[in-house]
Amino acid sequence: MRIRIRRWLIAVATLGVSLLAHAEGELNVYNWNNYIAADTIARFEAETGIHVTYDVFDSNEVLEGKLLAGRTGYDVVVPTSNFMARQIQAGIYLPLDKARLTHYGDLDPVLMADLAVVDPGNTYGVPYMEGTEGLGINRAMIIERLGEDAPLDSWDLVFKLENLARLDCGVAFLDSPVDMWSPVLNYLGKDPNSTNPSDYQGEALALMKSLKPYVTYFHSSKYIDDLATGEICVAVGYSGDVAQAMLAAEEAGNGVEVDYVIPKEGSLRFVDMFAIPKDARHVVEAHRFIDFMTRPDIAAANTNAIWYANPVPAATPMVSEAIRNDPSIYPPEAVVKKLWVARVMPPKLDRVMNRAWTEVKSGR
Amino acid sequence: MNLLRRWLPDRRWGVIAPPFLWLSLFFVIPFALVFKISLSEMAIAQPPYVPLLEYLDGVLNVRLNFGNYTWLFDDPLYADAYLSSLGIAAWSTVICLAIGYPMAYAISKMRGSLQNLCLLLVVLPSWTSLLIRVYAWMGILKNDGIINNVLLAVGLIAEPLRLLNTTGAVYVGIVYAYLPFMVLPLYANLTRMDPRLLEAAADLGARPLTRFLRITLPLSVGGVIAGSMLVFIPAVGEFVVPELLGGNEATMIGKVLWGEFFANRDWPVASAVATLMLLVLILPILLFHRYQSRELEVAR
Repeated sequence: MRIRIRRWLIAVATLGVSLLAHAEGELNVYNWNNYIAADTIARFEAETGIHVTYDVFDSNEVLEGKLLAGRTGYDVVVPTSNFMARQIQAGIYLPLDKARLTHYGDLDPVLMADLAVVDPGNTYGVPYMEGTEGLGINRAMIIERLGEDAPLDSWDLVFKLENLARLDCGVAFLDSPVDMWSPVLNYLGKDPNSTNPSDYQGEALALMKSLKPYVTYFHSSKYIDDLATGEICVAVGYSGDVAQAMLAAEEAGNGVEVDYVIPKEGSLRFVDMFAIPKDARHVVEAHRFIDFMTRPDIAAANTNAIWYANPVPAATPMVSEAIRNDPSIYPPEAVVKKLWVARVMPPKLDRVMNRAWTEVKSGR
Repeated sequence: MNLLRRWLPDRRWGVIAPPFLWLSLFFVIPFALVFKISLSEMAIAQPPYVPLLEYLDGVLNVRLNFGNYTWLFDDPLYADAYLSSLGIAAWSTVICLAIGYPMAYAISKMRGSLQNLCLLLVVLPSWTSLLIRVYAWMGILKNDGIINNVLLAVGLIAEPLRLLNTTGAVYVGIVYAYLPFMVLPLYANLTRMDPRLLEAAADLGARPLTRFLRITLPLSVGGVIAGSMLVFIPAVGEFVVPELLGGNEATMIGKVLWGEFFANRDWPVASAVATLMLLVLILPILLFHRYQSRELEVAR
């Protein structure tokens, strides 16, 4: 559900390149923007002699739109698990040939068991990275307004009207129905994956509508820059993206300090998956790429670059200490227990959720 | 020779065929495809809708689903979005006209080299992608942007004004993006105007304002209409500007369409929205066309 329109530019630029190449020993990869270490592709090409065309997308919706239209030309794509579940139902993926994936056994067995709920038998997907949804906060600005005992580690900070109303330093919510309804329902003590349409219309809708006047904007990527520059002081955002804001603020040296917290009530956890579309033309190369990306040293290098956790336990010792000991990136057991994964929703419910979200935003 | 001519198609077809082909290839066929999908039903499949025609046991089954259209009338969201899009497009057109007419008029009155320079300046921004120019506007309008920084430095305001993510910003974006489409047809029209008419009017004692109101303005109506249509029609379906500059107050139909297609992944409803949008636009297009053909008759 992450939308990052600014990176269209990069996508458009790389698309031009992708149209040129289609020989043997080729591979076309379609991944999230800013979601790989700078030298990973070069290392893969040097080791295998396969030429990679690497394109990026900015939202699951855009990826899904392309995949459902068919003939994308991509050999490896990276949907988030809940989106992938529906794409599996649409029958657009090739079953993975696990014999070709030499590092398959290194993947975290607990996570694989979780993923089997959306991908029965782990037939179609291999996890790439995982992250959480939480709060990107500017402590100093919040404490200035709410006092020392501000609930910085709780959804109370943004979902309790009396707190939100006093945060005139700028608040960003994600513009994503699933990623917002899910924590709201959980906050109200309901099933965050509720398939009951009335859950999205009663109390939850009323709460969100009451909060709306105090939300500066709903957007899924603008908050990265705005947190870093102090334009806003709270964002409901994704762990790795908030980490990018932290780094940007540090580099700018503008005195802004950004932190990421997973609220104590729990939050949404997402896993992005490698998968091979049924109409892929370079299936062997695609398997080699997925295998390469799950190799512990490569997985660790990627995590060090993008600040998302990888599902390869053997890679953890190679992950830099700052990241591996950061409870917001590698959450401890007690926190993991409170995280949940978005389930695939029936189409009718998607519509209910999206319609309710439109009502929150537009008042209609 | 005569025999050959009889067997060859009429030469006039050579003239008519290219625009006809163009229209079929880039309008009629794509629109027919969209219309077809709008009569289908959503499915979890690739492509994500139920096929319209099915050949089963020697029987051709055609299933038409008009539910997508009734759906659009059941939920006020769509009517609101159409109306707000039409409203924003109409006001943008008026603003473009108010800015563009004096610009085109001034350029048409300039001497040769200056005229070319000014025309170049009008066209020049479109050499960069619209997306990049809209991002530039984000930089200008944001809290920490140029306008707010200048106003803060001068001391006119104590707190940054909220300029970005508002309907006002959408107007700024649309007017900025489409202004050249208003200026160019107006300029073309105004330079074609016969200066002797104005001289004759002056000789007969008409003052400058009268000359403008009674001669220049009526004769430039064609340019006004052409420019207005070129602004109004694409502005109704605008997506990039409201997405990047807009707030949540006004939902434009382009954003609703995006939501149906990507967020709801309901291609049939998205196609119905698109079809209806075309119907909404067809009235002004027809009016424009009628005016244009009348103009041509007069010119002949």
